[in-house]
Amino acid sequence: MFWEQLLNGLTLGSSYALIALGYTMVYGIIQLINFAHGEVYMFGAFVGLFLVTAGANIFVALLGAMAFCMLLGMLIERVAYRPLRGKSTRLSALISAIGVSIFLSTLMVLYRGPNTTRYPAVLGDSTFQLGSLQVSTLQIIILVIAALLMVVLELAIKKTRVGKAMRACSQDLEASKLMGVNVNRIISLTFATGSALAAAGGVMVGIYYNAVWPYMGTMAGLKAFAAAVLGGIGSVPGAMIGGLSLGVLEIMGIAYLSSSYKDAIAFAILILVLIIRPQGLLGQKLSKKV
Amino acid sequence: MNILEMTKISEEFGGLRAVDNVSLSVLPREILGIIGPNGAGKTTLFNIITGIYVPTEGQLLFKERRIDGLAPHDIARLGIARTFQNIRLFGKLSVLDNVRVGRYGVTRSGFWSGLLRLPGGRREEKETELRAIELLELVGLADKRHEYAQYLAYGEQRRLEIVRALALDPSLLLLDEPGAGMNAGEKEELMAFVRSIRDQLELTIILVEHDMNLVMNICERIAVLNYGRKIAEGTPAQVKNDEQVIQSYLGAGV
Amino acid sequence: MDAFLNQTIDAYYLRIMIIIGINIILALGLNLITGVTGQLSMGHAGFMSLGAYASAILSIQLDAPFALALLGGALVAAFFGFLIGIPTLRLEGDYLAMVTIGFAEIIRVFFLNFGPGGKAVGLSGIPQNTGFTVVWLLVLVVIILNRQLLTSRVGRSFYAIRENEIAAESCGINTTRVKVLAFTVGSLLGGLGGGLYSHYMYYINPQDFGFMKSIELLNMVVLGGMGSIPGTIIGVVLLTSLPEMLRIVDEYRLLFYGALLVILMIFRPNGLLGDVRIYDIKKWWGKKGGRGT
Repeated sequence: MFWEQLLNGLTLGSSYALIALGYTMVYGIIQLINFAHGEVYMFGAFVGLFLVTAGANIFVALLGAMAFCMLLGMLIERVAYRPLRGKSTRLSALISAIGVSIFLSTLMVLYRGPNTTRYPAVLGDSTFQLGSLQVSTLQIIILVIAALLMVVLELAIKKTRVGKAMRACSQDLEASKLMGVNVNRIISLTFATGSALAAAGGVMVGIYYNAVWPYMGTMAGLKAFAAAVLGGIGSVPGAMIGGLSLGVLEIMGIAYLSSSYKDAIAFAILILVLIIRPQGLLGQKLSKKV
Repeated sequence: MNILEMTKISEEFGGLRAVDNVSLSVLPREILGIIGPNGAGKTTLFNIITGIYVPTEGQLLFKERRIDGLAPHDIARLGIARTFQNIRLFGKLSVLDNVRVGRYGVTRSGFWSGLLRLPGGRREEKETELRAIELLELVGLADKRHEYAQYLAYGEQRRLEIVRALALDPSLLLLDEPGAGMNAGEKEELMAFVRSIRDQLELTIILVEHDMNLVMNICERIAVLNYGRKIAEGTPAQVKNDEQVIQSYLGAGV
Repeated sequence: MDAFLNQTIDAYYLRIMIIIGINIILALGLNLITGVTGQLSMGHAGFMSLGAYASAILSIQLDAPFALALLGGALVAAFFGFLIGIPTLRLEGDYLAMVTIGFAEIIRVFFLNFGPGGKAVGLSGIPQNTGFTVVWLLVLVVIILNRQLLTSRVGRSFYAIRENEIAAESCGINTTRVKVLAFTVGSLLGGLGGGLYSHYMYYINPQDFGFMKSIELLNMVVLGGMGSIPGTIIGVVLLTSLPEMLRIVDEYRLLFYGALLVILMIFRPNGLLGDVRIYDIKKWWGKKGGRGT
């Protein structure tokens, strides 16, 4: 029982982690809570659905959704955030993000209606026994893909030129600009990367829970953001750990406490952690500069 | 009696000793300069005196009262006011309101008094305004009292910050690089101003400064910090001729 | 008075005006917290729901007079604002935002499971005591008191914290205490607005007070101009009546709303009235007049 719940929790948590990465990367560079990120995730789930329905292989659908959302993420950044950069407070950028979020979810409602659509069963899900443990192949596939994506991201950030530039920008945007980094391009690529990861999360959640709907991004986005904050916002490993632990704790809470408080569990954990450790699990303590 | 008595103060940030075993006494109504190269711990010392940092070791007495460990606002209310190296005004408040906020620590009227405009609070408000304008006139900013602080010229902002500090009716005033970014003429004016407020308002002033000329001219006593340690203390003439100071600081061509 | 208005003004417009009034009270509360004191709260609807439920339960279960029910609702919200404010207001910026979202969600889930509040079904049969006169009288009182507070010693300390917390401390302001005060008063107004809302709507349910409601209120405060009372009022009037006007294009309403937020932020990043003061207008006017002569 416990181990099965743990596996369920990790599966849910890996989707939180994938979304949380986008929040944390964007936040790390431009200190913006990208509230439209949950909607990018929702779009990813829908694009995956269309491709699968059109007969595409699941991996093709995954890649297609990721590619689409990369463009979407870059477009959002270009249209709604870049014009504000440098001349506005962070709060007005936040409101702009909220505007995009409302716009995108309404767009999907207009196109598909507000109700839930079922995902076609693309991967005949089967379960097998592992000792006394019942494991679904779907969970394994999701966990493997999520882990793979995170490893690729970690390598890309550590090893590639663009990744290094991203890290430089999140340390000090102004200094990076002076050092000749094309900051606009790096920010754009950060949005692209984060959006692709969220799209992957969207497709996998769609398959796993067999349902997508236009407002799925709101709660998932909030919880993923909570996961990013939990792990320490701005920290990439923090987002992974925050997402996974939030998923596990939420499933455990449902299993052992009560399912009617499902949506409150994630936030209660978050608040407790922040009150005890205001910088999150892996975040750096910001010392006030005077 | 010393107005401020620092005894063996140290401050550590994650293993780094920013201030190392510094003892320093400040006499009432003197102008004391603290100098030293960048990163010598001058501003950290100010932050310790004003309660932003709690010293890792040592004790701090203000008018014979222990103040290390008190919150910054409590220390301010005891009569220690300061300015900041990078100006920290309330940008989107008017010049007048900046100075009014400066009087927060010496006024009393509370939430209900303000909400309901009770007579006591109204009287206090009037006094606050009069005093604020009086102070602004001292630095020639009274005409600009309705402007937003962020729209003032740089030199005006520096002056406003000093006036805001004075609004607290302090007995000890800490000035963190008051002459930064000023030209020679403005610095002359600043020195005259600092001396005049010391005399008129019976203040004790500690200032951190890079400009040697300014420090040597205005300060009666100087303490020199290097790598968090106090390496010399004395009159400007004494400090100028101190072996260690010349080696570690003046000799470096600053 | 209300009977007279009901006869002379079209019910539809009356309804919009009442909702505008309620939203002004709610938004002025949030303005104190976020606009004036600079503490980003994204969970104002949570305090609204506390006031809405508490006052409704007082009315239904205890037959409390309307004034008492409103007061009770406001005090419950203020109490929770105080309680939540103490541990959280030392958090900065976006962490605080996250925690306020979290608390509002927890409150919502609590009401989803709260027997006396009718759980997910909601609470109906609330006496419809809220009318045009009550709402706008209260709006007037709230605006006047708001103004008096903000031009007082304590009110200025709110602004000072927003502008520069460290400098505020150095002026002798106990920033933690002042922030908790602003948060409590803001929550009180949230609760008051909630009470008016539940006694106007007759029926409430936890989904009325979700994340989107908090965001809607935040939009009003930011759009009008942070920290300014006239700005907040303009923000409320615009964002309350605009979706109504857009009803002609019904389905596309939210689409326009979203796009509008983006466009407004691009062209007026400080809000419509941010930075604009009567003093500046007068000065500008004086200069313009002077040039003419």
